[in-house]
Amino acid sequence: MRKALLAACLGLTAWLLPQAAEAQTPKRGGHLTYMIAADGGPSLDGHRETTYAVLHATAPFYSVLIRVNPENPSSTTDFTCDLCTEMPKPSADELTWVFKIRQGVKFHDGEPLSAKDVLASWQKIVSPPAGVASARHASFGMVESVTSPDDETIVFKLKFKTMSFLPSLADPWNFIYSKKRLEQDMHWYEKNILGSGPFKLDTFTIGQSVKGVRNPDYYWPGQPYLDGFTAIFAPKQSVRVEAIRADRAAMEFRSMPPAAVEQLNKELGDKVVTQSSDWNCGNVLTPNHKVKPFDDVRVRKALFLAIDQWKGAQALSKIAVVKTVGSIVFPGSPLAATKEELEQLAGYWPDIEKSRAEARRLLKEAGQENLTFDLLNRNVDQPYLIVGTWILDEWSKIGVKATQKVVPTGPWLDAMRSGNFTVALEANCQNIVNPIADVNRWMPYNVNQENFAGFLDPTMIEIYSKLVPETDMTKARVLMRQLEKRINDEAHQLMVTFWYRQVPMRSYVKGWKISPSHYLNQDLANIWLDK
Amino acid sequence: MYLYIIKRVLLVIPTLIGAAALVFLLMRLIPGDVCVIRLGSSGGTFDPKAVALCHQELGMNRPIWVQFFDFMWGIVRFDFGTSMWSGKPVTTEIWARLPVSLEIALLGSVLATVIAIPLGTLSALRQNSWLDVFVRVFAIGGIATPSFWLGIISLLIVLDLTSFFLGAAWMPPIDYVPFFEDPIRNLSMVLLPAITIGYRYSAITMRMTRSTMLEVMREDYIRTARAKGLIHKLIINRHALKNAMLPVVTLIGIEFAFLIGGLVVTEQVFNLNGVGRLFVQAVQNQDYTLTQALVMMTVVVFVFCNLVVDLLYAWLDPRIRYS
Repeated sequence: MRKALLAACLGLTAWLLPQAAEAQTPKRGGHLTYMIAADGGPSLDGHRETTYAVLHATAPFYSVLIRVNPENPSSTTDFTCDLCTEMPKPSADELTWVFKIRQGVKFHDGEPLSAKDVLASWQKIVSPPAGVASARHASFGMVESVTSPDDETIVFKLKFKTMSFLPSLADPWNFIYSKKRLEQDMHWYEKNILGSGPFKLDTFTIGQSVKGVRNPDYYWPGQPYLDGFTAIFAPKQSVRVEAIRADRAAMEFRSMPPAAVEQLNKELGDKVVTQSSDWNCGNVLTPNHKVKPFDDVRVRKALFLAIDQWKGAQALSKIAVVKTVGSIVFPGSPLAATKEELEQLAGYWPDIEKSRAEARRLLKEAGQENLTFDLLNRNVDQPYLIVGTWILDEWSKIGVKATQKVVPTGPWLDAMRSGNFTVALEANCQNIVNPIADVNRWMPYNVNQENFAGFLDPTMIEIYSKLVPETDMTKARVLMRQLEKRINDEAHQLMVTFWYRQVPMRSYVKGWKISPSHYLNQDLANIWLDK
Repeated sequence: MYLYIIKRVLLVIPTLIGAAALVFLLMRLIPGDVCVIRLGSSGGTFDPKAVALCHQELGMNRPIWVQFFDFMWGIVRFDFGTSMWSGKPVTTEIWARLPVSLEIALLGSVLATVIAIPLGTLSALRQNSWLDVFVRVFAIGGIATPSFWLGIISLLIVLDLTSFFLGAAWMPPIDYVPFFEDPIRNLSMVLLPAITIGYRYSAITMRMTRSTMLEVMREDYIRTARAKGLIHKLIINRHALKNAMLPVVTLIGIEFAFLIGGLVVTEQVFNLNGVGRLFVQAVQNQDYTLTQALVMMTVVVFVFCNLVVDLLYAWLDPRIRYS
């Protein structure tokens, strides 16, 4: 009897295993329709734009030199080649990186792609000519030169070694353009699409949709699996939820709030799956150091100490796109603080009563027991307004009376840039996890003019100047903690919960893996449909 | 009559100049600008040099009076420049959206008129009957219900009903296809929004038709027509309805003009890539050139609709023609 049972089990396993393997084998064909939660971006040039509305519409058409591994995009350190043949090792002094470029790659117009095209693209990104905008050229302060000794090689020479070089290089916006087109007109790519990526442009309807068809000459064997895709701009969340429900679209790649995910799960059951991840985005509480009483570190620190991030993040995660508590480095990075390290910092103490008692003491000492002010916030529901409302409630527990001044994006940015605010709730959202580069946003305004807190801190600059060229992870981690402690001790600014990405999609969509950034892994090459 | 038309057309010029100056100044009173939004709204770090370069590219670092002169000179030459947000010609941006808005406005207007005028007339002719009560309830419901809410609810009803009866939820397509490319897909997309806006539109028109018909039916000339033995149908069609239509035509004209560019929320609810959505987008992005052009277009549409209404007045009422 037992033998028969064992044989039956083995038989069943033998039958199921190929079935499971078959289910995971990508199928070719099909058309993916997805939505972009925006009204359409500005130009089509990835080198100059910053909004995901452009990236989600154009990334499938382009190749990049290196990228975050599309099969392991949640890793913050796993970089692989796209157009290069293998990930190089740097020279002994870590100042020279030589990349060999794939041969036989063609642009969608049939022109061959060589290292000269890669060079022209990188020169446009790193050192754009006068009158040409590059949104990320400041990220390449470490690059001394980019050269191409022959048609197969591209060489990056650095001014100093740094761990931020590879992540900057793998930034998903660094599309490779045709040298010929750039020579004709450096602004050509603002209005046109021509790459060597997995899909060729079919149609682009202004403000409505982008359609792509499979590139038969794509260099990754077997990819892309889809025959084509349609990306539809749909700024209203209710439309996006209803469209997934009615299968007018399979998904959107950015994120949906918990209520929408719950609704789709309830209505579609196993026809929808949700991938989730910590997000390399968050809100930052920025007191204006130039405005009294926020020039007083005690007042600033009291505001931070009043907030119970640990309980708050858990509660907010039920209604908003936030979840994880962290500081200046993305929690999934090896350079991020552990929970124990965080708990030593103001605003992260585990004992909130003790923390609030200290906040009240500091306010009393500073003569600000009846502090009232406006919190400048952006009129975006998820998660700005929700987080802002929660913060006001937390402050009320130490007797601080703050009101939210909610304004549209333009006036919000303008108020911060002109210093016309007391405390602001900002956003911090980066394309790729690159802790060394990412912490630049926390630097004093004589280093980062777009730090609206308006403080000077030579000690921070000193620590940062040691951190940037440090390539030893252990030492870099120590320096990062010093920097974090300094920001916190001086209560310059506070990271208030990292966002949490949830992407519900029709369960027939396979192959795509979520990453900590909604900018990553968007070329759609590895997506297939199990229909 | 020609002099009348010429006078009306000439009046358009100061209206346009006034609107142009107003929109130019008001847009610049809003703090922030398109470059800062373009580079800073995604929350990433950005370079102030990129903002300066953007200002330079868009000519925003020039004195304000130079910018105003450029704008006015552009209007004279029918050149509204390029969108500060997308870099595409403003006319391209608007032309891409106009067919959607125009189709829905036309369809909504036709639906509204076809429903409103017969029902409004019948309601007036059978005052206080069950039909009159029904029409009044229907009309008040239409006026009281915001069209965007109706849009959301009608979509949910369609989704739930199809899900219940067909086993899979259905909703109209979310990407627009022109009528001549795929009529069925086109109509399945625009019909629901047209009904949604047409309901409110018909409710207002119906009430206006009813009240003006009631008024006209009590006029002396109607009594005279009855006294001289004219048949009822002729009295209604030739004497009553034509005179009752004067305010109704005004209303239809104004409502139609509003629908071109005014369907802001309805277009968002149904994901229609129309002028209303573009308007919101332009204002949100502080895209001065595009907003200015859209305001000018709206003014022109209103002025044109008013002109058409005035001409219809002249056709409907001989006293205007002869004066």
